[in-house]
Amino acid sequence: MNVKEIKAPRVAYGETLVALGEETHSIVVLDADLAHATTTNLFGEKFPERFFNMGIAEQNLMGVASGLSLAGFVPFASTFAIFGSGRAFEQVRNTICYPKLNVKIGVTHAGVTVGEDGGSHQAIEDISLMRSIPNMTVVVPADAVETAKAVRAAAAYDGPVYLRIARPPAPVFIGEDSEFVIGKANVLREGKDICLCAAGLMVFKAMEAAEVLQASGIEATVVNFHTIKPIDKQLLLELAQKIDKMITVEEHSVIGGLGSAVAEVLSECRLATVKRIGVEDKFGQSGTPDQLLEAYGLTSANIVATAKAMLT
Amino acid sequence: MEPIEQEDLVKLNQAIRRDIVQMIGIAKSGHPGGSLSCVEILSVLYFRIMNIDPKNPKGEARDRFILSKGHAAPALYSVLAHRGFFPMEELLTLRKFGSRLQGHPDMKKTPGIDASTGSLGQGLSISVGLALGSRLSGKGYQVYTLVGDGEIQEGQFWEASMAAAHYKLSKLTLVLDYNGLQIDGKNEEVMSFGNIRNKLESFGFEVFEVDGHSLEQLEAAFKSTVKDRPKCIIAHTHKGQGVSFMKDQVGWHGKAPNDEEVARALSELEGF
Repeated sequence: MNVKEIKAPRVAYGETLVALGEETHSIVVLDADLAHATTTNLFGEKFPERFFNMGIAEQNLMGVASGLSLAGFVPFASTFAIFGSGRAFEQVRNTICYPKLNVKIGVTHAGVTVGEDGGSHQAIEDISLMRSIPNMTVVVPADAVETAKAVRAAAAYDGPVYLRIARPPAPVFIGEDSEFVIGKANVLREGKDICLCAAGLMVFKAMEAAEVLQASGIEATVVNFHTIKPIDKQLLLELAQKIDKMITVEEHSVIGGLGSAVAEVLSECRLATVKRIGVEDKFGQSGTPDQLLEAYGLTSANIVATAKAMLT
Repeated sequence: MEPIEQEDLVKLNQAIRRDIVQMIGIAKSGHPGGSLSCVEILSVLYFRIMNIDPKNPKGEARDRFILSKGHAAPALYSVLAHRGFFPMEELLTLRKFGSRLQGHPDMKKTPGIDASTGSLGQGLSISVGLALGSRLSGKGYQVYTLVGDGEIQEGQFWEASMAAAHYKLSKLTLVLDYNGLQIDGKNEEVMSFGNIRNKLESFGFEVFEVDGHSLEQLEAAFKSTVKDRPKCIIAHTHKGQGVSFMKDQVGWHGKAPNDEEVARALSELEGF
């Protein structure tokens, strides 16, 4: 694995919005008093006339984004994952997804790596909520480079997209030249013994785990499921033909996220056993991101242990 | 716009009321009370005020109308049909499986519907976005939103009101269909508003108060100009207006008339 730098995915979000804003006048950005945290302030400073702060009012945020989309613009509505998916759930469902409006919901501060703010602010059920809405696409980029690709792909896609972006600085390991197509997962590493399906910051952990497993003589495939919905069903079925043991890894509840999506597909073919690694139906808490990842089992060591247990 | 004489508009309103009663009667479900209360508001907008073209329902520079109180869809469908957006015969398919006329407005199915609505308290937010878009695009179209009185109990309505004033959206007109009743009873018994005019003014609207069944008063209020702030028209109306046994009766919020009641209502509306 080639780690080029350490960078927060959310910074790549703000930077890419600025780049898109320069390329096309149809891009508008909205926030709900979190512009410095989501980094949409970068866009606001550059294009003040196309930046709309809605104040601490996420329900209105989603409705106003819908209106701007009806006026022909491509709005990116930003806030924290907990508010974008939870506080405004029904607005996202009825005002954005029901009429399939071209609104992008770019949320940061997802999962337990929110850290010190604690469980009230750590969305661990947002993928599940967003995935259940018809017409919604759910994208979870793995690092800063992939975040930039995901933002561009979302802007080019016609319809609602939920972009779930991580807060903390994290290793950048996805290649600048790697392909990013919504709905097509990327195989990062091939191995015959076990398949690790990961999303978001957990892709890097899965790659680390694969290296450790290799030292024990276990060959692991690692797949980056940057799109949770639509899930890459074709790739999953192809993989399951070759490898009958799979582990899903995500910084999200084991209920309703990537693990569920994978299990839903594979339960119809009975080709593989699926183990889900994620937050075990618990709320988060205060701590450093690394302490919390450790406490909730979101580590390469836990992936290694789970893989070894499945293979013995 | 096709000109329509005042006298014809009065007749048209009676025809719209007949449509509402018949549509809901045949559908055997729907909301007659709040549909009948907003007939004049809708007909004045669609026949006197709005810049729209039924032959080009998606024209980018057209004025927009958002029915935030989406359960009044029968009234809007009738107005759209009379205005030429789709055939009159289609009205009787309301709420039927496969119909373009859904129980609540669906912009993907019905020509002339500018936004899908129905979940209360959300329409003003959409309108704020459209009014921002009107200004940013330089197209300058007007955006009209009709809200029910009950639905302003939703917090989102006040979030949107703040935003409309903050962004000085003078192209935005909010119309409040103030009939005083909601499903569970009178507004003041279910959840009282206090002084609604003061609240709306303090949130930054330029407020006009009119008899919501007076074509002249509605037209004058729509045509009055405001500067640097959104407009609000408080339209005092009667739920079930035009049908004696439905008027001001909370029980007719969401109940369909049976055949006998449809006949009685139609005979009252014929005699106008």
